[in-house]
Amino acid sequence: MTEKVIQYVLEDTDFQQLLDALIKRGHQVLGPTVRDGAIVCDELKLAADLPVGWTDEQAAGRYRLRRRNNNDEARFGYVVGPQSWKKYLHPAEVRLLTAERGGQTFRILNNESAPPRRAFLGVRACELSAIAVQDRVLQGDRYRDSVYAARREDIFIVAVNCTQAASTCFCTSMGTGPRVRGSYDLVLTELAGPGKHEFVIEAGSDAGAEVLAELAPAVSVASAAVSQQVEAAVERAASQIQRHLDTSGIRDLLYANFDHPRWDNVAQRCLTCANCTMVCPTCFCTTVEDVSDVTGSHAERWRSWDSCFTQNFSYIHGGSIRSSVKSRYRQWMTHKLAFWIDQFGSSGCVGCGRCITWCPVGIDITEEVRAIRESPASSSSKDSSHGNP
Amino acid sequence: MSTTASTAPLTTDLMLPHSYLVRQVVKETADTFTLTLEPANGAGGSRFHAGQFSMLWVFGVGELPISISGDAAERDRLVYTVRSVGQATHALVSREVGDAVGVRGPFGTGWPVQEAEGRDVLIISGGIGLAPLRPVIYEVLHNREKYGRLVVLYGARSPRDLLYRKELAAWARQRETQVLVTVDYGGLSWRGHVGVVTTLFKYARLQPERSLAFACGPEIMMRFVARDLETRGFTRENVYLSMERNMKCGVGFCGHCQYGPHFICKDGPIFRYDQMRPLLEKYEL
Amino acid sequence: METLERIIAEHPFFAGLESYYTNLLTGCASNVRFDAGTYIFKEGEEANEFYLIRSGKVALEIFAPQRKPIMLATLDEGEVLGWSWLLPPYQWRLHARAVETVRAIALDGKCLRTKCEQNHDLGYEMLKRFAQIMEQRLEATRFQLLDVYAVGR
Repeated sequence: MTEKVIQYVLEDTDFQQLLDALIKRGHQVLGPTVRDGAIVCDELKLAADLPVGWTDEQAAGRYRLRRRNNNDEARFGYVVGPQSWKKYLHPAEVRLLTAERGGQTFRILNNESAPPRRAFLGVRACELSAIAVQDRVLQGDRYRDSVYAARREDIFIVAVNCTQAASTCFCTSMGTGPRVRGSYDLVLTELAGPGKHEFVIEAGSDAGAEVLAELAPAVSVASAAVSQQVEAAVERAASQIQRHLDTSGIRDLLYANFDHPRWDNVAQRCLTCANCTMVCPTCFCTTVEDVSDVTGSHAERWRSWDSCFTQNFSYIHGGSIRSSVKSRYRQWMTHKLAFWIDQFGSSGCVGCGRCITWCPVGIDITEEVRAIRESPASSSSKDSSHGNP
Repeated sequence: MSTTASTAPLTTDLMLPHSYLVRQVVKETADTFTLTLEPANGAGGSRFHAGQFSMLWVFGVGELPISISGDAAERDRLVYTVRSVGQATHALVSREVGDAVGVRGPFGTGWPVQEAEGRDVLIISGGIGLAPLRPVIYEVLHNREKYGRLVVLYGARSPRDLLYRKELAAWARQRETQVLVTVDYGGLSWRGHVGVVTTLFKYARLQPERSLAFACGPEIMMRFVARDLETRGFTRENVYLSMERNMKCGVGFCGHCQYGPHFICKDGPIFRYDQMRPLLEKYEL
Repeated sequence: METLERIIAEHPFFAGLESYYTNLLTGCASNVRFDAGTYIFKEGEEANEFYLIRSGKVALEIFAPQRKPIMLATLDEGEVLGWSWLLPPYQWRLHARAVETVRAIALDGKCLRTKCEQNHDLGYEMLKRFAQIMEQRLEATRFQLLDVYAVGR
């Protein structure tokens, strides 16, 4: 099919050169770093700012950082943190416009500045899929969100293959990982072990090849043995996956089970805290707020993240359509796994497991699907007619 | 080479309101007003399809989705009928002649007026639901020979809540056109029909097999109406509804207007009944 | 000029009825007229007839203390007015007032009641038809109860 891409090896001691090459190309490099007991995304200038030697322990409702077992100095020896790249592409708060009033009329000031050119360092397979999902939603459908488009343009993506999985991961069920697939500029696989620490790099685009060329003296072609180690490392990550979400016929399953008693069950646990929607890399809902100063002559419109879990999300004159907790949890899950398919041609879930980790009461989306699948509503003809819009 | 950010300004054009000026405010009822807006800088661009809506912005207060209720043939203006129910609508209806209002749009799908050519058109409106349907009536009356019979059924709460009274009378005088009005509560001086709008169906003189029905009003009303139409020979493919949900952007990004898999703002607000029927019966969808 | 028999036989309300019965009904029928503003019947009165409205408008009203008369519904041409003649206690529940001049065919309910007791087939045919009217009115009344146009629901 395509010609085999050449893999190169970069020693860990030369990692800073990769950072420097990206900065030299005019990119603000964003990547993982440790802060406040979590691995978050921030601007990086030094290779030492990466979470060297750290790993994460994740379970339903639990997230902890600890030093890696082998005490190696792996830079990407963790899985995923609470933040995702939507922090930059689809920011939590954006000012849409500034306007000034003059008498009876107003004037919109065209003073929003463009975002810097960025490089994302450390994009996991699931995260890459999530970016593709948001690309489809925000610039691949009828309208194009120019806030997203401006931030998405020219992003240099350095993806990273996972060599381990967290207990909350289920990318294999969603077909999104652990091996990186899709559009990226460079992909790295970190091989860290006794007496060895190197990165196997592949270019995924012309821009990637250019950066690789800049690293020329420091990189060497990978041997077949090294290539095999890469395969083994990714395989190991896949074998560590514990959770599974059966996606076969899931659209019809959720459409047909709108009144399943499981929704009442989860409603008793869900706090509608909206954590899941904030950490989810594909959730995109926003709200818009008007702000004006005391004199009323200066107004701004701000867009910020919103969540379908909030009481007022579905409010229209007189009350909210989805008033109960049950209806809101059901909306989130059914949208993510079923409606999304009708809307955008793919699942909205990439199996990153963040919603499971960061739910304060440990609700597990894979478990909820399993519970519904194992005891679907009785299939009388009346129920099946409920299913198909 | 330093890190240089692009200095070109960002355009968030879909989210930037265009400035329109209020040319006329008409009080229809105690809480409902019709505003006529014209572009502030005189440029054209007020074209729309019957059934579409705009996002109207009041400086510093808020933005709302409002159906366009004017004549699509009048391309130099946009007309909206607004009911004051909260802070933002109150600010909107309080605009005075010469005030600026921000307009984004038009957005959404329109009534399938073209599909109605050669057929009878049944308009069923409840309350302020007549506003998004009025452009259809204009379209049919402007191009009378393209359509069959036109039947307008209109239900309101009480005689005081009736919109467009003079126009209703004028429409009733057109050829092959029937206008029937009813109210839920009559009052002493009302000489007209009293009862819900479905009680008018039996008087509609048209052939269901060759008709299209367009219904707009509170959701419960549309459910009763659609159910009744089916017993009278309309198929689910010949009935269209205008749905409504919370909207913050109007262009499919904020996520608020989702109804099942549909975004009311871009897949609707006009939907065919066969698509809506399985959703309408789902509580808290 | 139309005869009473033909009007009754062709009226949708009596569709499907054997000619023997339409004949019978014609025997109990007469043309009536009510001037605008007059009451066709009043709440509490004995219910001994029902009407097929041929033209005009009838308002169904109820009086409540301290309130003006409340108009619940109006009936126009083609509608059937009155079912209280068919079921005990054979008393009108509401006032029926002619809003405009009303021309109708009145049917002698008292006479029909006796005939229905004697001939259950006729009774069944009448009950079937009136049950449908009641169902339609009930459905419309429920809808009306919802007060769908009110703000702040």
